[in-house]
Formats: sequence, C-alpha cells, structure tokens
Amino acid sequence: MIGAHGMKLAAQLFGTTLGRKYLMALSGAGLFGFTVVHMLGNLQLFLGPESLNRYAQFLQSNKELLWPARLGLLSMVAIHLWSAIKLTAENKAARPVQYIGDPNPVAATFASRTMLMSGLIVAAFAIYHILHFTVQVPEINFVSVDFKTFHVAEGAQKGFHDVYRMMVTGFQNPFVSGFYILAVGLLCLHLSHGLSALFQTLGLRNHAWWPLIQRFGIVASLLLFLGYITVPVAVLSGLVTATTGCDCCK
Amino acid sequence: MNLTLKIWRQKDAKDIGGFETHEVREVNPDMSFLEMLDVVNEGLILRGIEPIAFDSDCREGICGACSLVINGTAHGGHKATTACQLHMRKFSDGETITVEPWRARAFPMVKDLVCDRSAFDRIIQAGGFVSVSTGGVPDANAIPVAKEDSDQAMDAAQCIGCGACVAACKNASAMLFVAAKVSHLALMPQGKVERERRALNMVAQMDTEGFGACSVTGSCEAVCPKEIRLDFIARLNREYGRALLHRGGG
Repeated sequence: MIGAHGMKLAAQLFGTTLGRKYLMALSGAGLFGFTVVHMLGNLQLFLGPESLNRYAQFLQSNKELLWPARLGLLSMVAIHLWSAIKLTAENKAARPVQYIGDPNPVAATFASRTMLMSGLIVAAFAIYHILHFTVQVPEINFVSVDFKTFHVAEGAQKGFHDVYRMMVTGFQNPFVSGFYILAVGLLCLHLSHGLSALFQTLGLRNHAWWPLIQRFGIVASLLLFLGYITVPVAVLSGLVTATTGCDCCK
Repeated sequence: MNLTLKIWRQKDAKDIGGFETHEVREVNPDMSFLEMLDVVNEGLILRGIEPIAFDSDCREGICGACSLVINGTAHGGHKATTACQLHMRKFSDGETITVEPWRARAFPMVKDLVCDRSAFDRIIQAGGFVSVSTGGVPDANAIPVAKEDSDQAMDAAQCIGCGACVAACKNASAMLFVAAKVSHLALMPQGKVERERRALNMVAQMDTEGFGACSVTGSCEAVCPKEIRLDFIARLNREYGRALLHRGGG
C-alpha cells in the first residue's frame, strides 16, 4: 500500500509543473542551508590558522559523514538543475510566438527574470571552485603552487593539510578572486528572488507573512554576499596573510 | 486627440500575421479603448476594408471578454482596469499605441486580436465546480462561514477569467486563474468536500493545456483587472501539497 502510494506521489512530484516546482523549492532550500554553513566555515579564517584548520580536519576526518553529505548535496544540485531546465523548456514552449511590440515585464524583478542564467553561471563556478579547492588541480589555481604540498607545521593539526594557507594563497590572484566575487554576487541575486519564491511555491505564506518573507530573502542574500566576499577582500587587501590570522580578530 | 495605432492583423490561425498602422483623427478622450476601435472599424467598413476583429461583451469590466495587450501590457497597464474600461484620456495626443492579442500556446489565435480561451473552460470542467445534489434551496445561514473565509473566498471569486495573467506572465502560466478558482471553492464549506480531487484535476488539466509554470515574478497580480493576489497561488500550492499528502496524487 505504502509502495503504491509512494509511487503515485513520485509520479505527481516529477510529472506535474507544481510537483517540479516543489522539488525545485525543496532542493533550493537545502542548498541555501549549505551556503550558510559554508560561509560560517569560511569566516573562521579570521580566527586564525589554528581554528580554520581544526574545523577543516573535523570535516575531512569523518569520511562516513563527509561522503553522504557530498552525495546529498550532489543529488540536490541534480534535482534543482533538472527541474530548472525542464520547467524553463516548458515555459518557453508555453509562448511560441513572442510579443512583438515592446513587452513590458510588469512588476517582475531583474532577478526573477534571470534565474536560469544566474543559476547556470553559479553552477559553472561551483565546478571550478571544487577543482580549485577540493580536488586542488594545480593548473587552474593560477598562483603556480600545488596546494597539496601545504601541511600544517606545528600544533594540534601538525602534518594535516593546511587549509588556511591554501585559502590565503588561492585568493592572491585578483582574477580568481574576481571570478569568486562575481559568482557569489550572482548567487545572492539568485537567492534574493529564490528565497522568498520558495515559501510561495511550498504554500508557506499568507498576506501577513509575505512582506517579512520578502525582506528575509533580501537581507539573507545581502548578508551571505558580505560574508562570502570578506575572505577574498581581506586576502587581496593584505589584512590576512599566509602566516598569521587577522590581528584584530585573534 | 490624434493617435497612431499599430494593430496586429492576422487573417486566421494559419496566417503569420503582422502589424498594420492606422492614423486615427479626432479621438474623443472620453471614449473607452474599445469604443475607439469601433470608430476605427466604422471607418474601415466605409472604405470597404475588413474591420479589426476583437473580443468584447459587457463593456463594463465584469465579463472578461476583452483581451488586448496595449503597449506591451495586458489591458493597458492601469490598475484594476480591463481594456473596455480604459479611457482614451489615459493616452496623450500624438501617441503611437501598439495593440496585440494574448499570446500563449494554450490560447490559439483565431483572428486579429481574438484568441481562443476555451482552455480555461476545460480547466473549470476538470474541477472548478461544487457537485450538488438536487433539492430545495438550503436556508441562508444554515451553514456558518467564518468572516475571514468568506472575505477571502469573495476576493478569489472576483476572477472573471479574462486570461490577462496568462498574457502577462513570461511563462504564459495560468496559475493565478487556477489559484483563484481552487481557493474560492476550497474556502467554502460546500467546496471543501472535493478540495483534493479538485486541486489535482485542475492542475493536471492546466498542464495538459500547455500553460507554463509559476516563476513568482508577480506580473499576473500586477495586471489582473480584479486584483487577484499572489497569496492565492500560495494557497493553490498548499492545496495541491495537501492533496498529494492525503491521496498520494491518486
């Protein structure tokens, strides 16, 4: 019984426009959660090498948790991307003949009209970002060093991969940092619409909550943007260097 | 006032169609947009030219027949106004006005500015009703309805099914229309009984007709002559989710 019920539910979720919107909203919510945690992890850079490397070791040493988390994220990305492409194709097909006289995007924000494009650029960046800092392909870091050779010299994480030095070195190239800032900007543009839209899509709002939800979407996107760009900005401005943490924060 | 009209002309569904320019002299600013088109058509008939076909019925903003995209905006872009209630005083002397039909795959073209909106009728037939057994008229107030619910239901029931929401949406989505109908009936005790079947069937029919999905841009709400709010789309999403959880989509 439960099997038949589940099959019908899956058929509705994957087979109808509303179902695909649910999938997009739910996977989007999960990915938003990830961006928040990731940002909080990044900000430990300002607590100095010890804190950041301890956190990095904590994440890396639990393979039984690391891989399920990675696969979970990957499946969310796959669902989000699949529903986005499928829905966009259907949406385009729904208007085969465009308006010829100057169509007016009444009330629709720039972010809401460019979700697919901002999302795809962020996805392309994410691939680069993983090759850059996770797989650590030396050819694409543009600073002529191999991050795999960075090891912590002393302290509790002695001999472990020096993530702190990798971050500081990795952002030294202004073009790499620039691409990072651009991608984070697009991610936050995407979220400025997506965060409130997901409440709408899941039906979790009424007229009383809507203004607050919209404000939450904008403020959360802005905070994420600021949180993310502080790292490359601090590295490029010399506030954080390869050997010590930020003096004011330690 | 004198105007230049760029009007969409299309002989039939198979014709490619194109804009035709008409110079209109001495337009009375107190005429409605449709009355102005009547005057243009009288002139065309006198000259032995086929008049411009456009839909109209009540001409007092309550039937939903008129369906013109004026200067790129459905119904001309004046708050809570159908094209028949849009007066020429809203335009300036010497202005060039572009007039197009609703454009959506689900609304196939008939002629000039007329499209076939029977897709909406089929969505209503799929579930936009309350099944009532025959018998005497029930007593007024025999079934209590909460004030809040009756207000909300009345707001949703204002939808006249003109299709401006579809015309304005970048995805030609019929979500606002379906949301208004589903919300209106689900809020009433008489309609609650069939709410789950209704939500599933109307959404399925909406997809079958080839309308796009909702991107939460808010364009539909902005052009709606009856000011149907975006909250009703959230309510439809909620109704649909509820139906999925209760019935597993069956």
